[in-house]
Amino acid sequence: MAIQDRLSGNEAVSIAIKQINPDVMPAFPITPSTEIPQFISQFIANGEMDTVFVPVESEHSAMSACIGSQSAGGRTVTATSSCGLALMFEMLYVAASNRLPITMAVVNRALSGPININNDHSDSMGARDSGWLQIYAENAQEAYDNFFQCMKIGEHPSVQLPVMCCQDGFITSHAVERMELIETEKVKAFMGEYKPEHYLLNPDQTLAVGPYDIPQYYMEHKKAQAVAMENARAAILEVAKEFEAMTGRKYGMIEEYCMEDAELAMIIIGSSAGTAKEACDELRAAGVKAGVIKVRVFRPFPAEEIVAALKGVKAVAIMDKTESFSANGGPMGAEVKAAMFGKLGDVLVTNYIYGIGGRDVKVDDLKSVYDKLAEMVKTGKSPEHYQYLALRD
Amino acid sequence: MAYNFKEVMERPDRLASGHRMCAGCGAPIAVRGVLRAIKPEDKAVICSATCCLEVSTCMYPYTSWKDSFIHNAFENAAATISGVEAAHKSLAAKGKVPENYKFIAFGGDGGTYDIGFQSLSGAMERNHDMVYVCYDNEAYMNTGIQRSSATPLYADTTTSATGKASSGKTQNRKDLAEVIAAHHVPYVAQTTFIGNLKDLHEKAEKALYTPGAAFLNVLAPCPRGWRYEAEDIAEICKMAVETCFWPLFEVENDVWKINYQPKNKRPIEDFLKTQGRFKHLFKKGNEHLIADIQKEVDHRWELLLKRAQ
Ligand SMILES: Cc1ncc(C[n+]2csc(CCOP(=O)(O)OP(=O)(O)O)c2C)c(N)n1
Ligand code: SF4
Ligand SMILES: [Mg+2]
Repeated sequence: MAIQDRLSGNEAVSIAIKQINPDVMPAFPITPSTEIPQFISQFIANGEMDTVFVPVESEHSAMSACIGSQSAGGRTVTATSSCGLALMFEMLYVAASNRLPITMAVVNRALSGPININNDHSDSMGARDSGWLQIYAENAQEAYDNFFQCMKIGEHPSVQLPVMCCQDGFITSHAVERMELIETEKVKAFMGEYKPEHYLLNPDQTLAVGPYDIPQYYMEHKKAQAVAMENARAAILEVAKEFEAMTGRKYGMIEEYCMEDAELAMIIIGSSAGTAKEACDELRAAGVKAGVIKVRVFRPFPAEEIVAALKGVKAVAIMDKTESFSANGGPMGAEVKAAMFGKLGDVLVTNYIYGIGGRDVKVDDLKSVYDKLAEMVKTGKSPEHYQYLALRD
Repeated sequence: MAYNFKEVMERPDRLASGHRMCAGCGAPIAVRGVLRAIKPEDKAVICSATCCLEVSTCMYPYTSWKDSFIHNAFENAAATISGVEAAHKSLAAKGKVPENYKFIAFGGDGGTYDIGFQSLSGAMERNHDMVYVCYDNEAYMNTGIQRSSATPLYADTTTSATGKASSGKTQNRKDLAEVIAAHHVPYVAQTTFIGNLKDLHEKAEKALYTPGAAFLNVLAPCPRGWRYEAEDIAEICKMAVETCFWPLFEVENDVWKINYQPKNKRPIEDFLKTQGRFKHLFKKGNEHLIADIQKEVDHRWELLLKRAQ
């Protein structure tokens, strides 16, 4: 029997880690992910798990130790946020190019500066091209469910890549929700044992990791990495199916909400998708054909799924919880527009920057986005520039 | 166990020949010297920081390393090997991998004294069962001889250039072995290539077979950066020790011991004159610069003598 509980996102992810009982966890505290290494340290102290916890002196060392540990053949996890993820930046690329399926809980928080401890997606979006898979949760239940799936997808023989399991700082990580936990025996069966093909501690075959690569090989190695990211699409769906068979909870690349006949659509990531669904419901009650596309997986990017979901839509708002300073919109804006190019010529498009640095995202704010979409449909024009939502004068 | 030069030299090399390091380079001597101290039946995982050693020994699709090897980045060899050691601890406890592994990280002075200092300090404080070996050639050689905090006073490097208005590096070098000793790890030692490499071998053996974290600082001259002829390396190392520029010492469980005290401490010129990087000091009128160096060497030697009393 599944276990009902009331937990925060950080608690939920920590319980997931306890149930997996990975070999090694190097970690360093940073708000709002600090609770995760704290919970793990306590679980180990209680004798509830026997993971080797490495209390490193920085996030740079956390990721460096993760790379060492996973290369050695250990199943390895860590957790971080914001500046911590930024400090890991150099090592994120190394982890991915070494094809190490490290699983990292990212509790999204704004990057400095100015320093700000609240939620947005600037941290993980800044690392979007590092070669990690990125899967985002809407709530604590999803953060918990995703953590198992992230690890299994990363370890999939056709993938072998590191995965970020993202949830929104404070909004998801600290708010307590009713949720359902999976029995540990089921978790163990679902996860299986980690059996890498090559690893440093293989007594029968030595291994060299991270050699100097010359122009004759570098491109082929990068292509192989790109193919693995491509393969991840099928692995994500395969693992989701298995997860659904175990729990009844269904996951995909994206989640479509009221999209069957939607004319006005919003594309959004993370906890704000919940708010968007609420706005959508209110508009539907008033006869507006609104819909929501929640992007669950950002890397690999679900281009085809989004384009298919947008068929029949008249106007779409692409929501970015980060500024990319391209002076041309946010990263989701750029990715979605590139996906639509040549396929959805007559859909009107706008791109919003919203909720950054923890700015509250209210149902009314998102309803105003749908109002804007309705106006676009009326005038037949897309705004020329991207816009900021709920900016004070 | 008494040092048997012949037996030690006959152990199979764990670093294959054919690597791309320059003739007369100290780095591979340091590496081979350390690896020879591993019991032939024991296994090892070796990490190298980004540096001359790494780019010359592990160029895809080749590797000179007969043990498992990992290169991660410039500043994190210590953190990386600490992760490997942690995985070993976890997997060996579950009976999944053999017990008899050694964990060794190599870094240049740049990757150790400077950019990798934090990572090293963290790993030492956590007391992983590992050996960190700094092969100290007193500058960033891989990127073209830039100064580091290990570069001695007045040395000519490409970022502490000499010229009409400069006599080379204006700062003294950091004493890293001393800093690591302040971490109170079980074993810290400083050595170089002297005689039949007994000192290096014995210290490497102690470092490897003392449980917990150990640190070795090995002066490893670089003919390109120091500007000497390849065959002069033994003489240079000898002079480094005879002038007390590079004392041989060890700190075992906080007990300081000087392994060699020259009967007649040689003047620092005997070390300086062997290398082109100090050539400008021998111009007329620069005698006071040599006196500055001598003063610092004397001062540090006195401090060491007091510590080791
Ligand atoms: C983060 C980072 N900064 C700079 C470099 C460039 N870099 C590579 S090796 C090196 C110098 C290495 O010096 P040292 O550690 O003394 O080793 P050596 O080459 O002298 O043996 C530098 C500056 C780098 N690889 N990574
Ligand atoms: S440049 Fe110096 S340190 Fe580098 S390989 Fe050549 S001799 Fe060795
Ligand atoms: Mg150097």
